[in-house]
Amino acid sequence: MGFLLEARNVTKTFGGLTAVDNVSIGVKSGEVLAIVGDNGAGKSTLIKMISGVYSPDAGSFYFDDKQVKIEHPRDSLGLGIETIYQDLALAENLNVYSNIFLGREQTKRLLGLIEVLDHSYMYSESRKILERLDIKIPALKSKISTLSGGQRQAVAISRSIYWNARVLIMDEPTAALGIAEQRKVLDLVRSLKQHGIGVIIISHQMHDVFSVADRIVVMRRGQKVADTKRDETNTDEIVKYIVGAETVVT
Amino acid sequence: MKNRKKSLAEFFADRWALFFLVAEIVFFAIVSRGFLTPRGIQIIFFFGTSVFLLSVGETFVIITGGIDLSVGFVMGFASIVAAKLIVVFTESGMAPAAAILVGMVLTFIISLLPGLINGSLVAFLKVPPFIATFSMIGISHGVSELLIEGVPAKNLPHLANVIGNGHLFYYARGKGMSIFSRPELERGEHVLELLPNIVIITFILIAVFSFILKRTRYGQHTYAIGGNVDAALRSGINVKRHLVTVYMVSSFFAGAAGVIYMLQYVTGKADAGAALLLDGIAAVVIGGASLYGGKGTIWRTILGALIIATLETGLRIRGVPTFDKYILVGVILIGAVLVDQIIPERVEEE
Amino acid sequence: MSKSKQEPVVLSEYEARKTAVVLARNWAALFLLFLIVVFSFSGGAGFFSATNLQNVLHLSTTFLILAAAQTFVIISGGIDLSIGFVMGLSSVSAAKIMQILHAGDNPVGMTILIGMFVGLVVAVPPGLVSGILIAKYKVPPFIATLGMWGITNGITLHICEGFPVGFLPQLVTKIGNGFLFFILPGKESWMLIRPDGLSGEEIRSLTRIIPSSTIFVVVLLLILWHILHNTKFGQHNYAIGGNEDAALRSGIHVRRHLIIVYTLSSFLAGIAGVFNVFQTGIGNFTPFTAMYELYAVAAVVIGGASLSGGSGRIFGSVIGVMLIATLENGLSISGVAPFYRFIAVGLILILAVTIDQLFPKLISRRAAA
Repeated sequence: MGFLLEARNVTKTFGGLTAVDNVSIGVKSGEVLAIVGDNGAGKSTLIKMISGVYSPDAGSFYFDDKQVKIEHPRDSLGLGIETIYQDLALAENLNVYSNIFLGREQTKRLLGLIEVLDHSYMYSESRKILERLDIKIPALKSKISTLSGGQRQAVAISRSIYWNARVLIMDEPTAALGIAEQRKVLDLVRSLKQHGIGVIIISHQMHDVFSVADRIVVMRRGQKVADTKRDETNTDEIVKYIVGAETVVT
Repeated sequence: MKNRKKSLAEFFADRWALFFLVAEIVFFAIVSRGFLTPRGIQIIFFFGTSVFLLSVGETFVIITGGIDLSVGFVMGFASIVAAKLIVVFTESGMAPAAAILVGMVLTFIISLLPGLINGSLVAFLKVPPFIATFSMIGISHGVSELLIEGVPAKNLPHLANVIGNGHLFYYARGKGMSIFSRPELERGEHVLELLPNIVIITFILIAVFSFILKRTRYGQHTYAIGGNVDAALRSGINVKRHLVTVYMVSSFFAGAAGVIYMLQYVTGKADAGAALLLDGIAAVVIGGASLYGGKGTIWRTILGALIIATLETGLRIRGVPTFDKYILVGVILIGAVLVDQIIPERVEEE
Repeated sequence: MSKSKQEPVVLSEYEARKTAVVLARNWAALFLLFLIVVFSFSGGAGFFSATNLQNVLHLSTTFLILAAAQTFVIISGGIDLSIGFVMGLSSVSAAKIMQILHAGDNPVGMTILIGMFVGLVVAVPPGLVSGILIAKYKVPPFIATLGMWGITNGITLHICEGFPVGFLPQLVTKIGNGFLFFILPGKESWMLIRPDGLSGEEIRSLTRIIPSSTIFVVVLLLILWHILHNTKFGQHNYAIGGNEDAALRSGIHVRRHLIIVYTLSSFLAGIAGVFNVFQTGIGNFTPFTAMYELYAVAAVVIGGASLSGGSGRIFGSVIGVMLIATLENGLSISGVAPFYRFIAVGLILILAVTIDQLFPKLISRRAAA
């Protein structure tokens, strides 16, 4: 099928509730896939399965057309699937480059014996990746707590890209941002496409979805109710799917 | 980091602890004769060892956003374990030096246990640190009393006293310098004593762990967990295991404080560190750490501990009852937090 | 997310777990009953006698008051580490005044009343200051009250110079250790104060019913229960502990409330301190190893409160206190060395929190989606 990452027939239940019911989705390299749906439609559960936070009760994952196991965040990270959650998962008390390298800090050996953090390496590598993505953050030694929302988002994205993300999952990337910053983040998503990365975006904002997505998947009550190319649909149609077509008089 | 303007007030507010310490030293130098002498300064460090050690261990825990209330009683527990072991070893015919060395090493290892339990409770059973470590107070206190059955440990070899109250260098006019051994003195002769042994041990430990916190991945992860547990988890840090080790660091330092107490006072006592709950935590907070986690450095904690130790020694030399120390430490502690509320966030980390 | 067709299933699962949850919620009370039964066997008549049970109650009075104080603070989302030393401050101050007045041959009644008054008054400033620091200057409660821990302890030691304060009127202990009824079987009975002039034989056969201290503390606890459960103040306390922002936005005077809570807590510790003078006949400073404030936290947590605020009950805290007190008393009567008691309290506390951690999952799992 040519998908870079594919989830086939995945199901997840909690107690008596089926949060995701036999859903299949896939994203290609250099493609932006948007997943939309009402609150509680199962979007979050779906991406949490892809990123290994939940393991599915049924279904399978394919990466590069080979079946893979994703049972732990480590598994998906190992495949090159990076997830940026709404809260960005940045340590506010650490600086920019420390966050880019969080959990995978570069070390060097002091006197050939003791492993210490290699600050200058992490600093210069971070500088490079930010330049490559054309992100402007004045001081890489600034703590995250001093940055704006858009800058934080950019740091989170840079972190993923630096670690060779091949698939990037973004949960409501523009939700907490001002207008200007929203545009910058969407520009960044477009440039990720150019780098050949498969992007999955969860969003409520139809405007964002239509401005960056190549394909749109609609979830409703745990099921996939639509999977269409952006050019073959429009906002009204998507909204109808979201609220449930049968209740909409056409 | 270029266009950063700091007002003079911010500059002072940021370093208030340092200025406070200097002011404190100047004050006591003026009002107390004999304070600002090599001997006076060494006394500050000599009696401050427990506070230094406990607060440095506590710094690790507080950076992760936790608290360890048990350090004082783990210290007492360790002082008893060390004393008991050394007495048993010497009685079984071991040379005093070997007995002390083996006893100390074993105590260091045993003192990891309370931390292992605290950390496991906090990390795996999700018991709030306050409760887990308070329970550990009861447990370590109980086990300590059980070990000594109400009588302080006695009959330690004389060598323990020599180490605990000795210095690295001695200098007597006409006799030159000697290392470790105090020269025989005639009446009226003076000897200059430099660097108490226990202060050296203390600062070697502190230097090692300061390095770990500042320069290694372990330290970086400690800050990350305190800053944002979720971020730490998702970036693949083994948060649970890390937390367990952090509580072990804290109880290791409590153990070290206990061992040093044993050398210093040549006994083991269950309540050796009971009064240090305030001092240990106060030093960390005066040093600028936040109880919400993510902030704090060893160097600043040492500054906080020095403020307390200087106060104690200064008052002691002045002959003021040490009760006043508690009042002043309480006031400085609250003052420290108030000052920190006023300072805006610093722009850089280093 | 909700699926209507699934709902009956969820509900019945919930019903099925309800018993377990109810058991878990009241485990402390059940455990207390269990302890009483066990100690009745192991300690025999020594434990399960009216005298001993009254003794447990009598000795727990100050602990009960401190736990009640801590309950208010913990529900509001804070913690008060200073109450142990505030109790010492009040105890020593009250005794010091009584000592001075008594030495000056003042009337006994006046001596006692002024001493009590002073003991209660000195307890107010520590709480007021902590409250202002916490509410107005956003100092974390742990730090503010830890600072006050040091300050009140230092002041206390200053007043008493490191020694208990004695030489008080004899009436003090008579009141403090009085019972509602003293009955000399078949002869006479008295109320509240044990009569003088009884022979040793008569004192031994004297039946004592209900310690006055227990009556007082029960009344005090009922008042506090009423405040917490039936008044606006109590409601606001839960609201602030549950979500301070929401409380603020709904118009509650959060600052003023918190200042009152810490002042109340401190004042209650003052009552405990004065009580301590009446029970022991001397003014006691609080030793470092006592850790009254931490035991109070333990009792409140065992009683089901959460340290993150918003939950807790006076009755729960009472159960927590009685559990610890019964454990200590029962173990000592059963001849267990005192050290094991520290360990036992530690273990019970861990058990308490672990149970609270495990059981909410029974109900909350249904909401996981």
